[in-house]
Amino acid sequence: MTPYLAALLILAAGALAGPLLARRPALALRVGSVAAVAGSLVGLASVLPFLLGAPPADLVLPWSEPLGSFHLRLDPLSAFFQAALFAVAVPASAFGAGYMKPYVGRRPMGGFVLAYGLLLVAISLVLSAADGVLFLVAWEVMTIASFVLVTFDDEKLQVRRAGFVFLVASHVGTAFLFALFLLLGREAGGFDFVRFEALRGAGAAAPWLLFTLGLVGFGTKAGLVPLHVWLPEAHPAAPSHVSALLSGVMIKTGVYGLLRLLGFLPPLGVGYGLLLGAIGLGSALVAITLTLGQGDIKRALAYSSVENVGLVVLGVGLAVAAGAAGHPVVAALGMGGALFHVWNHALMKGLAFLGAGTLVHAAHSQDLEKMGGLLARLPVTGALLLVGLGTLAALPPLSGFASEWLLYLGLLRAGAAAASGASGLVAYLAVAALALVGAIAAISFTRIAGVALLGEPRSPEAAAAREVGPAGWVPLALLAAGCVLFGLFPALPLRMVTPVAVQLGMGEAARVLGPAGEMGAAPRVVVGVLIAVVLGLIALRRRLGGGAVAATWGCGFTAPTSRMEYTASSYSQAFLTALVPRALRPRVHLQAPRGVFPGKGAFRTDSQDPARTRLFDPLFRVLGDRMSRLRRFQAGRLNLQLLYTLITLVALLAMLALRGRFP
Amino acid sequence: MILRALFQIGILLVLPPFLLGVVNRVKAIFAGRQGPPLLQLYFDVWKLLQKGAVYSRTTTWVFRAGPIVGLAAVATAGTMLPVAGQPALFTFAGDFVLFAYLLALARFATALAALDTGSSFEGMGAAREVSFASMAEPALFLVLVVMARATGSLSLSGMLGPALAPAWRAAAPALLLSAIALFVVALAENSRIPVDDPNTHLELTMIHEVMVLDHSGPDLAFILYGASLKFFLFGALFVRLVADAGIAGIWAAEAVFVVELIGFAILVGVVESVMARLRLTRVPQMLVGASVLSVFALVLLLR
Repeated sequence: MTPYLAALLILAAGALAGPLLARRPALALRVGSVAAVAGSLVGLASVLPFLLGAPPADLVLPWSEPLGSFHLRLDPLSAFFQAALFAVAVPASAFGAGYMKPYVGRRPMGGFVLAYGLLLVAISLVLSAADGVLFLVAWEVMTIASFVLVTFDDEKLQVRRAGFVFLVASHVGTAFLFALFLLLGREAGGFDFVRFEALRGAGAAAPWLLFTLGLVGFGTKAGLVPLHVWLPEAHPAAPSHVSALLSGVMIKTGVYGLLRLLGFLPPLGVGYGLLLGAIGLGSALVAITLTLGQGDIKRALAYSSVENVGLVVLGVGLAVAAGAAGHPVVAALGMGGALFHVWNHALMKGLAFLGAGTLVHAAHSQDLEKMGGLLARLPVTGALLLVGLGTLAALPPLSGFASEWLLYLGLLRAGAAAASGASGLVAYLAVAALALVGAIAAISFTRIAGVALLGEPRSPEAAAAREVGPAGWVPLALLAAGCVLFGLFPALPLRMVTPVAVQLGMGEAARVLGPAGEMGAAPRVVVGVLIAVVLGLIALRRRLGGGAVAATWGCGFTAPTSRMEYTASSYSQAFLTALVPRALRPRVHLQAPRGVFPGKGAFRTDSQDPARTRLFDPLFRVLGDRMSRLRRFQAGRLNLQLLYTLITLVALLAMLALRGRFP
Repeated sequence: MILRALFQIGILLVLPPFLLGVVNRVKAIFAGRQGPPLLQLYFDVWKLLQKGAVYSRTTTWVFRAGPIVGLAAVATAGTMLPVAGQPALFTFAGDFVLFAYLLALARFATALAALDTGSSFEGMGAAREVSFASMAEPALFLVLVVMARATGSLSLSGMLGPALAPAWRAAAPALLLSAIALFVVALAENSRIPVDDPNTHLELTMIHEVMVLDHSGPDLAFILYGASLKFFLFGALFVRLVADAGIAGIWAAEAVFVVELIGFAILVGVVESVMARLRLTRVPQMLVGASVLSVFALVLLLR
């Protein structure tokens, strides 16, 4: 426990450097970044033992807070998510030191450094809090800190709007969590997680209500469709290394909360698992389809985060359903795949956002159509980003494939073991849907890679782009190494997944996820063959001819320009118009040239999110209209406010008196 | 054992270009032409390997990596495919997922190489390829899970092994439907009529061929050879599913298998000769239709 506290202290000290050194922003940024890297390294070293067999550690400090106690607990589940946090925080903070330099002097850096350090501490506390009140306090600090980070560039209208959406969505979600913890606290007679866990055996009164509250509250943070609307606004608005932390780690606290909650509730039935699985798979399908319409590279990556969280929740749902139906092997595969994907997604999304950040700085725009040809101009960053995009598309032998493979196996074994036709059909259709998600991901990430990195530059800025040096790509290289190594050698990370799955009640995890289990040697051998064949062909190719250089074949056209390149929106158009419901397609504004001497023609597409345009916008408009009638009572006059207070007091007193009279 | 493994690798590496020769010969006969020699693709590959390559100024290493990764991924997928009912070189539960994802890796590499040229035609080809593939992918997985459920095995070797004959006796309608779906997927994945025309010379209408417009010399040889390999993989899956001859001896089974593959090539040639190409907007409907067929097969199997 002591090294963990030391890590928190280092991070907090780094946060304090922000306001203390506000006069010298460059120094504040440097101190904050160094402290964040050092604290995260210490933190990573302090939590890993809990995944390798160390017994859980507790820390209870006296705290004057009513209702709660300052109770921290490091167990495998907590350590697992913390490891993802610190593993992404190290490269992200190092990257941030260079990434934020252009803002020094232009934007207030003190508040940013403070909020960044606070965010790391708060996420870590959310993941280690073993008390309901402490958890909610940390949760709220995490929300506020990320709000400050998201609105860092608040000169832009779009950023301010994104911050507002984020704040509203987060607090609506948190309201559900307050209700959840109040109910849990009432039933358990206290807010300590130990008491909550005792509920599991005793059986909570209304598990469905607790489950629903948790699903909405945590699902909002995790970004499950349709509660994801804040995510594609907030994550692109933040500076890129913050986006990496938010998308890679912060949204996973929602998944963590759900998994904690499962430990408080009595064992759930198959229906709950099916519901979770359906929400997860639905989120993945909708979100990956929505990536196709995004012109903003970071928005596309944010939607891809929704997709990946959906896959994680699919695995959790599979584990719950299979556990209830008595298929421990399937349950272990589902949970193992979900947990492994949490780590993998943290690495690959961290990598993708950091790489996107470099591209955004290089092209001076987040618009894919303003990039192009950046692999030739930023060879190292481009290559590392390609690794990240390939991992996101779940290509073997990278790590994204390894965790998705566990999910596939879980679903296939569920189908094979299904006694009734209906449950088998559900499992097999989920396999097909997962395949569809994977195939759409291939469209999405060839699109991003092809339009941003390959071909000719699409803007003068992109044409002039240059690599920023090792400080810009070493953090990416660390994350890319993780993506490659976890894909080639999944045994080590799976060994650390196992105690977490066991803690969550997957008794078969050690056997299924172990070296003799499903992730055995045979797939590794095939991957080895793949690498050997690639190397062999490279060697063969070197001995064969080549070398002449010419222009790209223009089909007879002699003056090609980069404006004739295939664009990002055309690339996805074939799929979107053929198969996708209109609600998920971008809206097209077309002013076609008409007549013999046409005047102006124009074409523009706007991505739209049906959850926003069809659900929340109308809902909030109606709510706003209704609520504005209450404005009249909020006149802003002191005497009126005092009167309200008096009336409330009298009413409360009356209630107390009446309760005494009629018990 | 080793001899048999070598023979399997040998068939996998040597036979594929011949199958495309058969397809072209059938098409030529239908068109009243003499057609190129059956071994034309071997000559083409050999000739291209001797030549130099031309690279566009725009391209990077991604363009050069495309053909290599594409060929390697398809060839590696082949090591998991059982030949003539004998277990494949590598077999494990869920190997067909890796099989499908290796094909996806090949597609990813080819599409990126196409986009690397900056040509609008090749961008269009890449977009079509990945879009149609995304519609074929669920159909392929559904076919495979039908076979997995019918045979009670999760590996390609188990699905296409001795368990297949009893599965046909127990669930013939479901397997028949999925075989049809598999044939459609095979046509789409291999850019055959009615989805794509490998012989077309109008860039605007092409899918696969337009992606590789800028490749030349040895790179083009890798691509042509890889495409024939992929044709072989789907052919082997298909003939094993529909024509499990049940020959006892290993060598006789291998011989029958080769004959069946030639039959598959003739079938594809006939389909290509008697059908017109579908309009591009119709292709998704055909592929979704294949998925629907295999869902029916699944329902039949699980009812």
